[in-house]
Amino acid sequence: MDVIALSWWQLALAALLVVALAGCVGAARLGMSKSLLIAAARTVIQLALVGLVLEALFASARLHWVALMALGMLLIAGREVMARQKRRLLGGWAFGIGTLAMFLSSFTVAVLTLTVIIGPEPWYRPQYAIPLLGMMLGNTMTGVALALDRLTDTAWRQRGVIENRLMLGERWQEAIGDIRREAMRSGLMPIINAMAAAGVVSLPGMMTGQILAGSPPALAVKYQILIMFTITLGTGFGTLVAVAAGSRRLFDGRERLRLDRLAPP
Amino acid sequence: MSRGLPLTLEQLSVGVLLTLDLTITPGQIVCLSGASGSGKSRLLRAVADLEPHDGDVRLGEQAQSRMAGHLWRRRVMLVPAESHWWADSVGEHFIVEPVMDDLAALGFEHEVLGWQVSRLSSGEKQRLALLRALCRGPSALLLDEPTANLDETSVHRVETWLMARIRQEGWPVLWVAHDPGQIARVADRHLRIEARRLVDRAANEAASPWT
Repeated sequence: MDVIALSWWQLALAALLVVALAGCVGAARLGMSKSLLIAAARTVIQLALVGLVLEALFASARLHWVALMALGMLLIAGREVMARQKRRLLGGWAFGIGTLAMFLSSFTVAVLTLTVIIGPEPWYRPQYAIPLLGMMLGNTMTGVALALDRLTDTAWRQRGVIENRLMLGERWQEAIGDIRREAMRSGLMPIINAMAAAGVVSLPGMMTGQILAGSPPALAVKYQILIMFTITLGTGFGTLVAVAAGSRRLFDGRERLRLDRLAPP
Repeated sequence: MSRGLPLTLEQLSVGVLLTLDLTITPGQIVCLSGASGSGKSRLLRAVADLEPHDGDVRLGEQAQSRMAGHLWRRRVMLVPAESHWWADSVGEHFIVEPVMDDLAALGFEHEVLGWQVSRLSSGEKQRLALLRALCRGPSALLLDEPTANLDETSVHRVETWLMARIRQEGWPVLWVAHDPGQIARVADRHLRIEARRLVDRAANEAASPWT
C-alpha cells in the first residue's frame, strides 16, 4: 500500500479550520488567538524548511552533513533547555551542562542503536539517524530541562535547609540529596508516564506514522518499543548527568552553597 | 578543660567587617553584640566557612583552609538563629541519639524524638536545634542568638545547660547575644561590633568615667 499523497490545497483546508478556531477564541476574548496563529505559522514554515533540508541530506547521505545536522539539532536543544529554566546557572553553565548531558546520552545511545541494533547501511544513513536522534533529543531535552529547573528552583527555595545541613557538618551531596532525587524524578516522570500509557491511552506518533506509511503493525510496534527504550535511556542518563553536574556547580570547592551562581528569574 | 582547642581568627574579613584577629581559649565564651546589619551573623558564617571570606581561622593547629569544608564544619559547629528541619520526625535529624540527661536538662522527655517536626513550637525547635548540633560532637561552637525564641524560664535553663556542657567539653564559643543580662551571665569576654571592628566592651567601660 502506498501513502495517499497530500497536496497543499488539502492542507489549506485544515489551516482554514485553525483560522476559524482562532476566530472563535478571539470572539470569546480568551486572548490567545494571536499566539495560536503565530504558532501555526511557525509549524508550517519550520517543517517546510526542515523538509527541504532532509531532502538535500537524504540525497547526499554523507557522514559530515549528517554530523553537522546532528550538531545543529543539539545546539538548538541546548538553547531550549536553557530558556526553559526559571533560575538558570550563570556564565554559560546552564547551556553547557544541558548540552553536555544531551550529547553524552542522546548521541551515545543513538550511535549504539544504529550500529548494534538497527544496523542500516551505512550506519549513519540519514533516513534512520536523523529521525531517531530527533526523537531522542526532543524527549531528552524535556527531561533535562525539567530536572535542571526543579534542581535550581528547589535549591533556591530550600537554601535554609541545605545550609543548615552543611552547618551540621554534612557533605554537600548529603545536604542536597533529597533535592537531587526530586529533580531526577521530575525529569524521568514524563517518559515513565509515556511508557505506561503507550498503546492504552495514546498511540505513539512514530508508530502511527509507520502504519499510515504502510508498514505492518507488528513491525511498527517493534520500532516503537525500540524508540521508547532509547528515549528512556537518553532521558535517564541525560538527566543523571545534568543533575550531577548541576548540583555540583551549586557548591564551590569549600562545599559552600553558592546561590549567587544562579540568575534571578 | 585541658582537652579543648583554642579557636583563632587571623586577619578575617567578610562583608563590611575589616580584618579581625581574635583568639578564643578552650571553654571560653566570647559574646558578640552589635546593631542589626553590623555583620554578626556573617562573621559566624565566615568562621564556619559557609561564606567566602579573606583571612583564615584555626582550631588548635588545624587551619580551616587546609581541611575539607564539611570536616571543618563538623568541628566548628554553627547553630543558626532559625533552625531548619527536613525530615518528618524529630529523631531522624539526630545521627547519635541524645542522652536522657541532656533531653531532661532542656525540658524534654524521650518521646520527643518521635514527634512530628510540624508540631514543634519555635521555642522547642530552637532547643532541639542546639541539642541536634551538640550531639554531632563538635570541637567549637558558634551560637547565633541561641535563646531568641525562648521564654524566660527556658532561657535560664538553656544557659545553664550550655555553660555546663561548654565548661565540661572545653569548647571555645562565639555567642551572638542582644540581652545585656544574658551577656553578664554567660560571657567571659564581651566584644561589640562598632564601625566595622571588634571593640572590647569591658575595656571600653573601664575607661569610661562612671566606673
